[in-house]
Amino acid sequence: MAQDGIGAAMKRKEDLRFLTGKGTYVDDINRPGQAWAAFVRSPHAHARIVAVRTEAARKAPGVVAVLTGADLAADKVGILPAGWLIHSKDGSPMVEPGHPALVADKVRHVGDQVAVVVAETRDQAREAAGLVEVEYQELAAAVTVTQAVAPGAPLVHDQAKANTCYDWHLGDKAATDAAFAKAAKVVTLDLVNNRLIPNAMEPRAAIGEFDRATGDLTLWTTSQNPHLIRLLLAAFTLGVPEHKLRVVAPDVGGGFGSKIFHYAEDFTVLWAARKIGRPVKWTNTRSEAFQSDAHGRDHVTHVELALDKDGKFLGLRERTLANMGAYLSQFAPSVPTYLHSTLLAGCYTTPAIYAEVRAVFTNTVPVDAYRGAGRPEASYLLERIVDVAAREMGIDRVEIRRRNFIQPSQFPYQTPVALQYDSGDYGATLDEALKRSDWAGFEKRRAEARGRGKLRGIGISTYVEACGIAPSAVVGALGGRVGLWESAHVRVHPTGTVTLFTGTHSHGQSHETTFAQLIAEKLGIPFDNVEVVHGDTAKSAFAMGTYGSRSLAVGGSAIVQAVDKIVAKGRKIAAHLLEAGEGDVEFRDGKFTVKGTDRSKSFGEVALTAYIPHNYPAGLEPGLEEGAVYDPKNFTFPAGCHVCEVEVDPDTGTVQVVGFTAVDDVGIVINPMIVEGQVHGGVTQGIGQALLEEALYDDTSGQLLSGSFLGYNMPRAADVPSFRVGTKVTACTHNPLGVKGVGEVGAIGSPPAVINAVCDAIGVRHLDMPATPERVWRALRTARKA
Amino acid sequence: MQNFGFQKPRDLAAAVAAAKKAPEGKYLGGGQSLLPVMKLGLAAPSELIALSGLAELKGVRVEGKELVIGAGTTHAEVAASAEVKKAIPALADLAGHIGDPQVRNRGTLGGSLAHDDPSADYPAAVLALGATVVTDRRRIAADAFFQGMFQTALAPDEVITAVRFPLPEKAAYAKFPHPASKFALVGVFVARGAGGVRVAVTGAGPSVHRSAPLEKALAARFAPEALAGVAVPAGGLQNDPFGSAEYRAHLVAVMARRAVAACG
Repeated sequence: MAQDGIGAAMKRKEDLRFLTGKGTYVDDINRPGQAWAAFVRSPHAHARIVAVRTEAARKAPGVVAVLTGADLAADKVGILPAGWLIHSKDGSPMVEPGHPALVADKVRHVGDQVAVVVAETRDQAREAAGLVEVEYQELAAAVTVTQAVAPGAPLVHDQAKANTCYDWHLGDKAATDAAFAKAAKVVTLDLVNNRLIPNAMEPRAAIGEFDRATGDLTLWTTSQNPHLIRLLLAAFTLGVPEHKLRVVAPDVGGGFGSKIFHYAEDFTVLWAARKIGRPVKWTNTRSEAFQSDAHGRDHVTHVELALDKDGKFLGLRERTLANMGAYLSQFAPSVPTYLHSTLLAGCYTTPAIYAEVRAVFTNTVPVDAYRGAGRPEASYLLERIVDVAAREMGIDRVEIRRRNFIQPSQFPYQTPVALQYDSGDYGATLDEALKRSDWAGFEKRRAEARGRGKLRGIGISTYVEACGIAPSAVVGALGGRVGLWESAHVRVHPTGTVTLFTGTHSHGQSHETTFAQLIAEKLGIPFDNVEVVHGDTAKSAFAMGTYGSRSLAVGGSAIVQAVDKIVAKGRKIAAHLLEAGEGDVEFRDGKFTVKGTDRSKSFGEVALTAYIPHNYPAGLEPGLEEGAVYDPKNFTFPAGCHVCEVEVDPDTGTVQVVGFTAVDDVGIVINPMIVEGQVHGGVTQGIGQALLEEALYDDTSGQLLSGSFLGYNMPRAADVPSFRVGTKVTACTHNPLGVKGVGEVGAIGSPPAVINAVCDAIGVRHLDMPATPERVWRALRTARKA
Repeated sequence: MQNFGFQKPRDLAAAVAAAKKAPEGKYLGGGQSLLPVMKLGLAAPSELIALSGLAELKGVRVEGKELVIGAGTTHAEVAASAEVKKAIPALADLAGHIGDPQVRNRGTLGGSLAHDDPSADYPAAVLALGATVVTDRRRIAADAFFQGMFQTALAPDEVITAVRFPLPEKAAYAKFPHPASKFALVGVFVARGAGGVRVAVTGAGPSVHRSAPLEKALAARFAPEALAGVAVPAGGLQNDPFGSAEYRAHLVAVMARRAVAACG
């Protein structure tokens, strides 16, 4: 291992820039002659638009233009498409209502875009937006999924009967029914996976620019995948030639999935810029972000587990209502289906599984992928019902998991729900987590806490997830409308330094560091000699971007392939210079050496020769630059064990997380410090989901009650303990790096561990997330009465 | 936020004169309550008249059996004041737990009382200690000062100059923070002094108020055990998704018990 290569805890290249306030985010960019946009958003959850009167706004100081849904309809543009098609049980395609960037007929959630005002300054735009008079005829709203599927519920879209987008299933129903028929014990559980608001630190922002002279369009936007946004704008929403459109996502300050999607505002600023012939800039306010960034989770689930008398799992059934919100965000249809129910085997050998998922429209902000996207919902229901089963059968919580684990010898393991796991050692991560958390010594700590008047509990979760998305052909077969490969271009400069152009894009994952380490290792050059370029369609080749913990597993694999091509070409050049056969030259530690001799050429000498080819192999092209595309052969399957310890104040119901251990198998680790940081962030979000965060809607008016940080409880430093984080490695078998992915494991593994700990502390069977003080206090009171 | 005028008068008389001329104007203390409300468009005063820096509103001193704190004293100054820590340590402790460091370095005692947020901490101390609110024109007893949610006895152009706190025998404040906002979901200030036992509750109701059942129980015996079995009625308390009235009523009793225990 090089000192700065694979496995080294290098400090981040990004840190000097970010920690000294020198990053460049979209809002830091200003274009000559730019105007500002502000949106008029619906104050109602569901209302018919009777009239939009723009005269007062048009006359307001500084106003350049006011555009409405009618203008959009007249231009026949701006319908945001869904990127995944799910078919219902009966074979019919999902209901796809289309999502207009500005609505003309009726508003369907609080925050829905009705009009945009473009003015000279940000303040003028916002002031004038307040002068646009929209006359609404209010309609009854369907706010929760349960309301939305009730007979006679108001229809969010007329074409979606019973507000149903699709009614999908997966697995073998007959085999599962048979498993339940022979079960010694059936455990059932009803649970809610609470709706979350991502709250990236950087609010979304966009600048659209149109050059009348060349016809070039440029969009700067806060995106995890600028190429996808360009494709959607070109092919669907704006209908412009793709080669005349450039999409730039500079530094991006967090996203967690919420910046994957093609949002109405991206389209609108570009459309407006073309109409008025000036750059148009927009930056979301925090208040608007709560009502316009795609939310996450929001499942209402019934789950049943069948067991034999020894606690072996025989079958699992899931029935879920998944909230899509008011419109289909791009990847929303895939989240509660192929990113969710396919994970229901978990780490276990459950032979029969059947899942039914009904996706439902409601008068709420659209819901889409959010850190973990479907897998946290799967790990939560699974790890909760396993704990309930252990409790009801009198089997130890750890033991019941061990009895059902897929064993290392069983890989590759075909689950009954489509996935084939390539590698893992669930017993090893469990053992390590038990050791690190001092699971065996817990009862002593519980007794000590009791002496202080606190109820202490411990909880465990053993999870597996599927990421590194994904083989394009598989994605296509499952309804995906995209390929999910990744590109890399490695440009070696004449002096031997390297620029990498990647299609992935960091929004906090430290790609500039990790990818530089990877290239430093593979080419034997210093880490500082590698620069990573991403986030600009004019620089990197088309690729799919960053989400689903795919950047290293898929993007990194493309880099390896490109580097291999560089080495292969370098070997030809070196062999020529060394007057040796190509097969006799080996490349190691940055040197091409004739095997068994001390005759060698450094990587730098070879690079220089490639650009100054005076003494050069005949027929070989000068230059040293290679591109590669990697389409993964399978998903990757990180897994692990999380152990949470909590203390509950029985007087107030307050839960304090006093210990958290995460032992994850994320495959080969490039930078352990970055991996640890990703786990810290993910676990913090998981603790947030389990104890603090909840998007609360008034179920009559559809108003978002937790529409600011006064009501939406984001985790703070004091809400989390000092984490104990470790890794246990089994290499991925099907990608060249053996890596699996770490971006989402923290948020996937932790929520059930936290709730299992709370239930253990207060001695109840189940408690819905978030376990707020009042909810815990009520559960304790009910338990005492019982 | 709407446009507004800004004045920085050189003394109290000039401030009051400016306020009389600006009926849509507002005094500005540390700006920790009024400015956020203005940013959200919930208040749009024509004029802000800054009181910060007015010498008449400064100072912390003990006069006889009273601790006198100038209305322009920041929370951080109260929290760090040796005089306050000696005279009424519970008050210094309360001030040290308001908001966050930024709020404590800007926010003032007078500003907090004039705004009278139903979840603010200071009103509980003022009411429980039976303090007197001193203004540019009169003295107002705490029991008469707080008149409901965001409602005080102050005239629109009246300025709080100081608060006079009688020195208690015992006093303590216990707060249960709102999980998200960290304002008091329930805060209880208990005090025993010349005026007997007084218990003031903030956060739980539409405004700061005294709790008769808790005062009665503690008057009989000033000890945490005296509160066992005392029921705080939930009627009239705030009831929202962040805390039902029933839960808040329960927390009032718990916080009262903790405050009494903290009195030692």
